[in-house]
Amino acid sequence: MSDEINYRKVIAVALADAMREDDSVLLLGEDVGAAGGAFKTTAGLFEEFGARRVRDTPISEQAIVGAAIGSALCGLRPVAEIMFADFAGVCFDQIANQLAKYRYMTAGQAHLPVTIRMANGAGAGFAAQHSQAAENWFLSIPGLKIAVPATVPDLYLLLRAAIRDNDPVLVFEHKNLFALKGPIPRDAEPLRLGVADVVRRGSDVTIVATQQMRHRSVEAAELLAQDGIEVTVIDPRTLIPFDDEAVRASLEQTARLMVVQETVQAGSWGASLIARMVQHHFELFDAPPMLISTPDTPAPYAASLEREWLPSVDDIRISARDLVNW
Amino acid sequence: MTISMEATASLDQGPPDDAVDLLAMMLRIRMFEDKVMDLFSQNLVRGSTHLCQGQEAVTVGVCSTLRPVDTMTCTYRGHGAVIAKGAALDACFGELLGRVGGLCRGKGGSMHFADFSVGAIGSNAIVGAHLPITVGAALASSYVGDDRVAVSFFGDGATNIGAFHEALNLAAIWKLPAVFVIENNQYGEYSPLRATTPIDRLARRADSYGIPGVLVDGNDVAAVRSVAQSAVQRARAGDGPTLIEADTYRQVGHSRSDPATYRPAGELDRWLAKDPILLLEQSMLARWSEADLDAVRQAAQHDVDVALETALAMPEPPLDELAKDVWA
Repeated sequence: MSDEINYRKVIAVALADAMREDDSVLLLGEDVGAAGGAFKTTAGLFEEFGARRVRDTPISEQAIVGAAIGSALCGLRPVAEIMFADFAGVCFDQIANQLAKYRYMTAGQAHLPVTIRMANGAGAGFAAQHSQAAENWFLSIPGLKIAVPATVPDLYLLLRAAIRDNDPVLVFEHKNLFALKGPIPRDAEPLRLGVADVVRRGSDVTIVATQQMRHRSVEAAELLAQDGIEVTVIDPRTLIPFDDEAVRASLEQTARLMVVQETVQAGSWGASLIARMVQHHFELFDAPPMLISTPDTPAPYAASLEREWLPSVDDIRISARDLVNW
Repeated sequence: MTISMEATASLDQGPPDDAVDLLAMMLRIRMFEDKVMDLFSQNLVRGSTHLCQGQEAVTVGVCSTLRPVDTMTCTYRGHGAVIAKGAALDACFGELLGRVGGLCRGKGGSMHFADFSVGAIGSNAIVGAHLPITVGAALASSYVGDDRVAVSFFGDGATNIGAFHEALNLAAIWKLPAVFVIENNQYGEYSPLRATTPIDRLARRADSYGIPGVLVDGNDVAAVRSVAQSAVQRARAGDGPTLIEADTYRQVGHSRSDPATYRPAGELDRWLAKDPILLLEQSMLARWSEADLDAVRQAAQHDVDVALETALAMPEPPLDELAKDVWA
């Protein structure tokens, strides 16, 4: 656990470790090979593993995902890269109708150990078609697991777990976290998908947040602590499966729930989590649950507008105080 | 138009040596599909179904060149392709009837026939979506260095969807062992080809990918097989994919709700006169007697009848089947 590395670079470390471990793992995507990836997240892999295992594709997202599916049906363990998660719209059929349903429709004859990596999220000025938290598009399609790592060790461990998993896993890499540093947890136990990280513990309010919003929530929690408000921050790390039990257990202590997310309310993971918690654990609530989301607009470009659009540390801090005082 | 390989055989030159096997398979498919129409009228089949009477020579001709380890994907009009690849008739009926003994334990239905044990790795209900998947199957063969070939059947309509372009382009640049077979049955749903497509011969589209495009009479099982053989050999040798256009005709409507009234008068009769089973039988009479052919017909009908009887006795899926197979 001694080496520090950033969120961007740990991706290639995890991919290389997975490829050394299993020859059936191969990478497919636009410029993932010789160029080392549009975000340099696959740098060095082409040099180590060659063109057979690190395969540059045309700009053909349907073909990339379809090729991953077909190769998995025939025994490989492909990792496909969709450069920006927003481009999942171009191959939505392959993900939603093929990858997710193939196993079910064939009554388990099909095996789909497919990992799809996508860069997502806002905050870096990429505007409306390159900034979405696209993981929310896939919540209502049974058959897909969804990983949303927020830290360097989680990204390493979730990517390794996704590649080892025998089901399709969508791994969302947040663009605005690329510079974040942390250790490579090579000696850690493999992570099971569906286990939340309780980032900090406090008895007044439970905040559930992922990726960029997890870090903002922790920052807000530290400010609130100065005012005597103790916050639990839970990072679910995967949205499917979701560690409901971690949230429920925390609610036993805090009786107050806030979810912070980088997308609109409608059809979001936060809305789904709150619905489940209210439906099954209504008795635990001392105050209405609160969902902090973006306004109902596409992601804007200008720095001032994007700052306004994303939930800020202050938004979280003020809302959490209101919730505690409700 | 690039035609780098032409049919080196045809029924005009006399029947193939294994004509009895080819005829038996084509008859089984025809009789299966006819039976499916009956089952519909009895309300025993749910949803919709898309039948392939008239197109049997394409799937039977191509699949007769494949081994069980070679993979095949097809469309929602795929009963014939899956049967031609070797799936058991009773399990096919069972799937249509929604029984636990079906190919997919009753969870896929008419549009999702699959039998991985014979290389039938999926019928797809989204037009063209199985083409990129076929590329992946071919990629796996190329990656591990075996000599399996991935074949895909799809309709003329699928050549106008984006997945077709992405799939053929990728298969071509990676020189993958794939064979793409257009079942040109002249209609995309209710629309004739000329209303949706600016060229008359779809095999010409191969030019865009720098691969051979081959046009073949899709009602002549011997001709289909000869072009398929060349394409499969080319794929196995590592020379890349081929696009085959098999000209044929959908003798029935698009789906069960379509009486196909849009067909011009006389068109169906012209195609019925060159029905693929009729053509094969006429050719066979040079070497076999009418009584021989009748024996093949009776055996096929017997197989189909027994399979249906077996399937009708299969139980429905137990309710715990609902939640199975979402996850590995």
